[in-house]
Amino acid sequence: MHQIWTWVFEPGFFSSAPVHVAVVTGGVAAIVSAVTGVFTVMRGQSFAGHALGDVSAAGGSGALLVGLNPLLGFVGLGIFGAGVMDMIGVRRVRGRDLATGIVLGAAIGLSALFLYLDTATGATSGAPQQILFGSIFSITSGTIPVVVIFSLISLASIALAWRPLLLATVSPDIAAARGVRVRVVGLLYMLALAVSVGLSSLAVGAILSTALLIGPAAIALRVTRTAGRALATACLTGIGTTWLGILLAYDSYYWGAGHQGLPVSFFIVALIFAGYLLSGLPAARIAAGRRETASHAAASPARDQIAA
Amino acid sequence: MRQAGETVTGPEASVAAPEVLRVAGVSVSLAGRQVLDDVSFTVGAGQFTGLIGPNGAGKTTLLRVILGLQRATAGTVSVLGQPRSRRNPSIGYVPQKVLLDPDLPMRARDLVALGIDGHRFGMPLPSRARRQAVSEMLHAVDADRFADAGVGNLSGGEQQRVLIAHALISRPRLLLLDEPLANLDLRSGQEVVSLLARLATEQQVAVLLSAHEMNPLLPVMDRVVYLAAGRAASGPADQVIQADVLSRLYGHHVDVVHVHGRVLVVADAAPGGDGADLTASHAAEAG
Repeated sequence: MHQIWTWVFEPGFFSSAPVHVAVVTGGVAAIVSAVTGVFTVMRGQSFAGHALGDVSAAGGSGALLVGLNPLLGFVGLGIFGAGVMDMIGVRRVRGRDLATGIVLGAAIGLSALFLYLDTATGATSGAPQQILFGSIFSITSGTIPVVVIFSLISLASIALAWRPLLLATVSPDIAAARGVRVRVVGLLYMLALAVSVGLSSLAVGAILSTALLIGPAAIALRVTRTAGRALATACLTGIGTTWLGILLAYDSYYWGAGHQGLPVSFFIVALIFAGYLLSGLPAARIAAGRRETASHAAASPARDQIAA
Repeated sequence: MRQAGETVTGPEASVAAPEVLRVAGVSVSLAGRQVLDDVSFTVGAGQFTGLIGPNGAGKTTLLRVILGLQRATAGTVSVLGQPRSRRNPSIGYVPQKVLLDPDLPMRARDLVALGIDGHRFGMPLPSRARRQAVSEMLHAVDADRFADAGVGNLSGGEQQRVLIAHALISRPRLLLLDEPLANLDLRSGQEVVSLLARLATEQQVAVLLSAHEMNPLLPVMDRVVYLAAGRAASGPADQVIQADVLSRLYGHHVDVVHVHGRVLVVADAAPGGDGADLTASHAAEAG
């Protein structure tokens, strides 16, 4: 018994301070990303989420350059980028797509500049790896309060916008006709999105933040039928994959003779991807009642043909 | 010659029911194009009114003006005698082409519940009264059978029922539907029409429904607002759907033909085209 325990949790896992910080920040980032991600997937704004990750990268690398905590850069520039995207994004889907692409391009250019300067000045030679792909074990414990404050801002925005956001996601026309200020609701959501992307950039890196945002949400939407359950499933999936990823990365140090630990981000993203594949299996969808039962199948034959 | 905004029979003469909607002299220009030109009509309580006209006649624009989503260049809209306000709980709305994704995590009953309080900030608290109101509304539109199914997995006709329930649960006095029959097969379309006719009486709600094909509506329509080239004529169907009235609207001669119990509006050989059915041809394309 004890052997299995130490085989699963290699020595020092529970007493390691970096692991504690990683478990807390990773868990919080996973929850916030999962909650925001459910709406991101429902609204078809994955591309915007990815673009905000790149904007965050520019913010994080810029923050390192001036000696600030990268999290402030991630979130700060993320919110600014979200505002710019909304401003030039107009209401049309194609306009939104275009605005997102323009902002994304500019952000990657800035990241290239800042990361070059970060490494050229020599002070932070690991900047590209840290900003783009994350280094959750190197987060300082002083960052935790900031992480908690940001996560509360993000969750509060979603909770506040909940009903009108759902309505506007179903149909902006219906929402507007009922007096919902669709633009305001959209901005609240973009604020939550920018903050959560910043948090997941800290956990798994700016480039991979999309995986933590979209993955658990997409899995949840495949296997649930109500918004509440989708949220709960996404949160559990996000936390599960993040913590398991942290554990595997920690253990990976002991796997080879070379004692070369593998990156956390890889494990988290790989687990999410595996989860997504599993959730697509017919058994998973039928068990969750997402697929129609025989009594209803006659009414939507086209859908069943597609599914088959 | 031109008599835009024509009312075939005066509203006072035929609208015995109290007035729910009054559209008076509404004109709209979009990007320099006159989309609506001096449109006037009224809708009485519990009446079923068809807003009929070919594609591009301005039906959606007119509905959006009534909803306050589109500003009119001239004219006024009043609802229950009041100038319309931004959020008007007396109007329910079912827009055209609502795409409900199969992955949308919402059961039919969740979408109907959003009809009660979807415009309010915050998250809903569980409430027995709310659940019961939703169940009653679903029953009223014959949707009990799929109340717990994901809305994205429902057929087009079933989704229309859910959207109608969503629009009606706040007890509006006027229900606007934009081309609700456009993507439905003939049978589902007829079911939706008879449901709406029943709801108009049962729920005492006036129905204003836009369609490019009038035939499915002829058995139930109390009145027609016929829109062509941005101009409108309104009144009982048999008085509006007349060659002389519609020719004045279109600005060129059209014939009204009765074939096999169907009514077709047919254009004369006009510049740029042979004789063509102006309304039913769209239905043929859709089917």
